[in-house]
Amino acid sequence: MSSSLTFAYYPGCSGQGTSIEYDKSTRAVCKALGIELVDIPDWSCCGSSPAHTVDHILSAALSARNILQAEDMDVQGIITPCPSCLTNLKVASHRMRDEQFKEKVDDLLNEPCRNDLPIMSVLQVIYEKLGPKALAAKVTNPLKGLKLAPYYGCIMNRPPEVMDFDDCENPVAMDHLMEAVGAEVMPFPLKVECCGASFGVARNDVVTKLSGKLLDVAADCGAAAMVTACPLCQMNLDMRQDQINRANKSSHKMAVFYYTQLIGKALGLSDASLMLDKLCVDPGHLFREIETARTADAV
Amino acid sequence: MQTGKAKRIKAMETIHVNSSCDEAFIHAVENESGENVSLCYQCGNCTAGCPYTDFYDIPVSQIMRLVQMGQRETVLSCRSIWLCATCESCTTRCPNNIDVATVMDVLRHMARRAGKNPEPQVKTFCDSFLASVKRHGRVFEAGLMASYMTKTGRILTDADLAPKVLPKGKLGFTPHNIVGKKEITEIFQRYNAEKNS
Repeated sequence: MSSSLTFAYYPGCSGQGTSIEYDKSTRAVCKALGIELVDIPDWSCCGSSPAHTVDHILSAALSARNILQAEDMDVQGIITPCPSCLTNLKVASHRMRDEQFKEKVDDLLNEPCRNDLPIMSVLQVIYEKLGPKALAAKVTNPLKGLKLAPYYGCIMNRPPEVMDFDDCENPVAMDHLMEAVGAEVMPFPLKVECCGASFGVARNDVVTKLSGKLLDVAADCGAAAMVTACPLCQMNLDMRQDQINRANKSSHKMAVFYYTQLIGKALGLSDASLMLDKLCVDPGHLFREIETARTADAV
Repeated sequence: MQTGKAKRIKAMETIHVNSSCDEAFIHAVENESGENVSLCYQCGNCTAGCPYTDFYDIPVSQIMRLVQMGQRETVLSCRSIWLCATCESCTTRCPNNIDVATVMDVLRHMARRAGKNPEPQVKTFCDSFLASVKRHGRVFEAGLMASYMTKTGRILTDADLAPKVLPKGKLGFTPHNIVGKKEITEIFQRYNAEKNS
């Protein structure tokens, strides 16, 4: 039997490309925290939003192929860093509890899945199986003075009946983990507001408006950086920040981290393993300020 | 071109329900979504929390009302159902526990089947995404963008991001093909066969 912290890991497509730093930092942090990730060997795309906007059976079948593979592994459940993948896997699993629905999904697959494995985010595992206290005990480089706006995105916790994690209007898991690594969490009111999702390409005006509002409010709250758990949110806020500034005549230079990068930094993991250089808005000055304050404190 | 506001006012005009109510449409929406749309009492909570109301031609609460009244053509022709990001705000906050986001999703499925396409770029993006999954088993981001730009003719989409993103080396230029690519193709083939049967 595997240890209580061994999980089938579903990286998600963006983890191989535009959010490679999320995948790498997730792996580095899980290793440091004793969470064993075993990749689902031949994982395929969950279908993301495009699949469920076309058909729910097709969408569930694309997710179920991955659930099926994990069922042959000696693991405690399936975990993924990406909320979009998480939603698709969990919604598929939820809908397949209806036998008629499941039959139709099974018809599209080579073999039916049992559909009995728990599916969670990596965030949920770190928060519930480890917890902020255990994390705080491992911190070597506290992020003292780093003011953060914690942004969860719209689907990590919603709808609550399916996602079954944290509070659906005011989630706090990431807040507590960030406090555990020494950062200061600002009272950010738009924790679960949508960033514009995948409309960046087809309707850029949607993203510049919705993500622009998030950056404006984060800055108004006194945050020096935002921290996210979602590749799409991070990409909209970070990679598209110049587009947002142009559209809204704003001048944000807001670093947007993955929470795993900040946990890794506080655990003393190397910048290379956290891929901090992949962020579009350079966060370097924030760490130099933390370092300067630490040196001054030591004197 | 009609503005969103003008259309909203139009949607509030008197509707002669006896002559225009498509009851089969109401039943189809309820059947496909598993939701009882008559539970909606128009509190407006979904619209109040919807981040996309500014971009919609018909606010989500009015779409619910139009579905109750069997206004198939108006509902399936609107832009809103294509601009819903399934952020789950409406579903989470509905006091009558209606899964509004799923109703919106189902309306989009029906609009596709009816050949409605008021947001062609959004539809093309989704189609290009799924074509990439069908072909490689995983999304090939650079290929998806190339396909989208070719199909829409919008060849400068996100060109401004290139100087920023390319040096980061995050965008792969070769697809990640999975071993079981054939299984994914078969999922799509069986789905299409079932749909056309």
